Amino acid sequence: MTRVVVDPITRIEGHLRIEAVVENGKITEAYSSGTMVRGFEKILKGRDPRDAWAFTERACGVCTTVHALASVRCVEDALSISVPQNAELIRNLMFCAQYVQDHAVHFYHLHALDWVDIVSALSADPAETSRLAQSISSWPKSSVGYFSDLQKRLKAFVDTGQLGIFANGYWGHPAYKLPKEVNLLGVAHYLEALEWQKEIVKVHTIFGGKNPHPNYLVGGVPCSINLNEVNAINSERLNHVGKLINDAITFVEQVYVPDLLAIAGFYKDWAAIGGGLQNYLAYGDLPTKGYNQPEFFKFPRGAILDRNLNEVHEVNGKNSEEIKEYIAHSWYSYAGGDSVGLHPWKGETEFNYTGPKPPYEFLNVDGKYSWIKTPRWKEHAMEVGPLARLLVAFAKGSTEVKDVLTEAITKLNVPLTALFSTLGRTAARGLETRLVVHWMKGFYDELVANIKAGDVTTFTREKWEPSTWPATADGVGLTEAPRGALAHWIRIKDRTIDNYQLVVPSTWNGSPRDAKGQRSAYEESLIGTPVANPEQPIEILRTVHSFDPCIACAVHLYDPEGRHMHDVRFY
Amino acid sequence: MNRFNPSIWQVMQAKGYSRRDFMQFCGVAATVVGLEASGLTQVVQAFETKPRPPVIWLHFQECTCCSESFIRSSHPIVADVLLDTLSLDYTETLQAAAGFQAEKSLQDAMKNYPGKYILLVEGSVPMKDDGVYCTIAGKSAEQILKEASKDAAAIVAWGSCASNGCIQAANPNPTNATPIHKIVGRPVINVPGCPPIADVMTGVVTHLLVYGGLPELDSQGRPKEFYGRRVHDTCYRRPYYDAGLFVESWDDEAARKGYCLYKMGCRGPVTYNACSVTKWNGGVSYPIQSGHGCIGCSEQGFWDNGPFYQHLSAFPGFGIETTADKIGTIAAIATIGGAAVHAITSNIRKRHLRSELRTESATPEKSVEGGDQ
Repeated sequence: MTRVVVDPITRIEGHLRIEAVVENGKITEAYSSGTMVRGFEKILKGRDPRDAWAFTERACGVCTTVHALASVRCVEDALSISVPQNAELIRNLMFCAQYVQDHAVHFYHLHALDWVDIVSALSADPAETSRLAQSISSWPKSSVGYFSDLQKRLKAFVDTGQLGIFANGYWGHPAYKLPKEVNLLGVAHYLEALEWQKEIVKVHTIFGGKNPHPNYLVGGVPCSINLNEVNAINSERLNHVGKLINDAITFVEQVYVPDLLAIAGFYKDWAAIGGGLQNYLAYGDLPTKGYNQPEFFKFPRGAILDRNLNEVHEVNGKNSEEIKEYIAHSWYSYAGGDSVGLHPWKGETEFNYTGPKPPYEFLNVDGKYSWIKTPRWKEHAMEVGPLARLLVAFAKGSTEVKDVLTEAITKLNVPLTALFSTLGRTAARGLETRLVVHWMKGFYDELVANIKAGDVTTFTREKWEPSTWPATADGVGLTEAPRGALAHWIRIKDRTIDNYQLVVPSTWNGSPRDAKGQRSAYEESLIGTPVANPEQPIEILRTVHSFDPCIACAVHLYDPEGRHMHDVRFY
Repeated sequence: MNRFNPSIWQVMQAKGYSRRDFMQFCGVAATVVGLEASGLTQVVQAFETKPRPPVIWLHFQECTCCSESFIRSSHPIVADVLLDTLSLDYTETLQAAAGFQAEKSLQDAMKNYPGKYILLVEGSVPMKDDGVYCTIAGKSAEQILKEASKDAAAIVAWGSCASNGCIQAANPNPTNATPIHKIVGRPVINVPGCPPIADVMTGVVTHLLVYGGLPELDSQGRPKEFYGRRVHDTCYRRPYYDAGLFVESWDDEAARKGYCLYKMGCRGPVTYNACSVTKWNGGVSYPIQSGHGCIGCSEQGFWDNGPFYQHLSAFPGFGIETTADKIGTIAAIATIGGAAVHAITSNIRKRHLRSELRTESATPEKSVEGGDQ
């Protein structure tokens, strides 16, 4: 028996530690620990609800914007504000831009090195890489000379003896299965994606002024539209967005998706590894008829239990019996004891660090071992993320989702059940990107048509002034961050924030087990994973990275009586 | 004393500083941009003998927006930075290695290049309760920072978290989130912003590596190259402010004409940053151009300088000529020389930086003058 500690888990957002027990070459037990907190909720208390988007947006800079969106929605829900159609469309465009950039960066820069052996690319035949590239895509950067030059640059880099970010990787590990030529293709697209990703975020810059962390506004969007003014969203700005979308479609269709399928073809054994939980949760997003009509969302809302795709359960964020959080193994204490669960509107949390004093070797995993709380939906542990979104959409009969999934599994020659795996999670992310980038074009066309028809409104003014608000108001803002279901809960009292709670995707996926001992998604998916060499646990990285962990987002804090209390969530 | 071109010592004498203060000043002067007293030479040597200078990028209490911003750089593009400009030997966001192997990368860089690596820090450090609020590989952020900063040639604080604590340090600062310059006991180049502009980040790195390593800093340790002007003074909407044409409500006719956002709470008048000149994401736009006021994200304590939509009743230092230093509390000593100089003297006054004096700087008077003029 070997105790494997991976800390830091790199190529993620935030600070995550995995401890695993390996017996006879397989993981028999796993513990996921978030090791950083900041204290957002305590900081938010007493502030102007209209400012909350800016605070909560800083929960995460990787999936920037998603917390801002959840935040303006929870305030709008509390105050019964409906945003104009143009604002909804611009928010959708920003949402889509975030997905496309974030998913591509995850695939190439956070996840690919688990599958692509950079060192092996040094001895590839550029001519063969060129032939391969042209056989899977019409992407123009595919000549022999292109790959040959890239390989020379890579060799010169390695010859300096300074491997920089590639130093001490698991290069040469037997778990790497790609032919040399595919590895060279992977390296080429690693660098191309790194350059491309900075383009699509310009959609945020145009509508929100900057990226990361563009600006949002309760009641609409801050940018105004005026086709007769250089100082507003005008034809040049819209043309810019249009070009960025077209370029993104090209990149996703010609680079990301072909690479994903090509690489997946060599790792089909990972379609039987890392399945983990059998329950999936999605809040849904991308409204087409307004946020209050989830039945018309592009990503539908719902929950699946026991992988039963014939039934989708309704989800209600306001029902106090549905979503609850536990702290049995988290460094907090509840007034009602460690075994109770609390709905976010009633959430209480108090720091209760019982772990070892740093520096330490191991955590006491029998007790509390993480700053992440453990959320449950109707007492079930749920997986959230791209796979959950696609499964809920598939089960609800979305033909677009069904077509994209069917095409991919046909190409890979695997059954639909292959999706319940590490490979399936990674594939779902890419296939979802394909859907989203085309939806983005649709939202853009709709925005242009609206403006052409004379509608330039981007803001609803009626409830902006706090003097128009009721004495108390409660709201929930639901969205789908790239990593999964995200929600903010707010209680407004006397025009300031009385309570603010976030439950974020990596809280669902990365939390420690609950009071009943049920594992959450990371931990459950690691059980049974083979580990060839415990000193080089690349297999752990593959499965954990397939969730795209995002750990910093989570840290919030809540203190109704001025005590040292808070509540940590991870994204 | 040459009254037209006094030496630093002469000026300090005139201000009432002791010889001891002056000697402290000299030691600090050599390190004001994060270089050890003898470190500049070492760094130059390192750059000459190694194709790419070694760089360690640490992550503490942060949201990774600084790393995300860095990879948005348009000139240079980050692939060229990583392959040609520097050797990024440790960064949890991008490095291939994890766990033990990642720790090895960090230890290797510190061991192999003492006094020669650049330390970039993203995130604040929680100082409460033995630092249990941020641990990596079982060590507290404070332990890691102190170890890595000890032998660094230069230290850069990326973003507002590392520079001034940012959001986790906002009232009531539950974990005692602390900026790194208060911990490492030596000067730091602060590059604030939430996040900093990508091309500012690569610009600071380039300044260190290509242009001899010494960006001029203001009293808060910020490179004047990028933080020397108020957003307000370089804002393309400034003429509307001067003409009294303001947006009064979101998406009103004035908003649709792009008038000044001052009345909507814009913090441009009290914020020093390059946004309105360099702009964001390859020069595409900046917050004001896209219709929202500046929230002042590069200024210390900006989270508590709200609410964001309440407009500033007044702000100090009207006028395009104003710099951060001239309107700050240390304005009285601004006449001494460049911002770096009064950064040093103010630090001496506050007794924040002691014991930096090195014997190598026994004749610093000349070199300090040379460096400042």
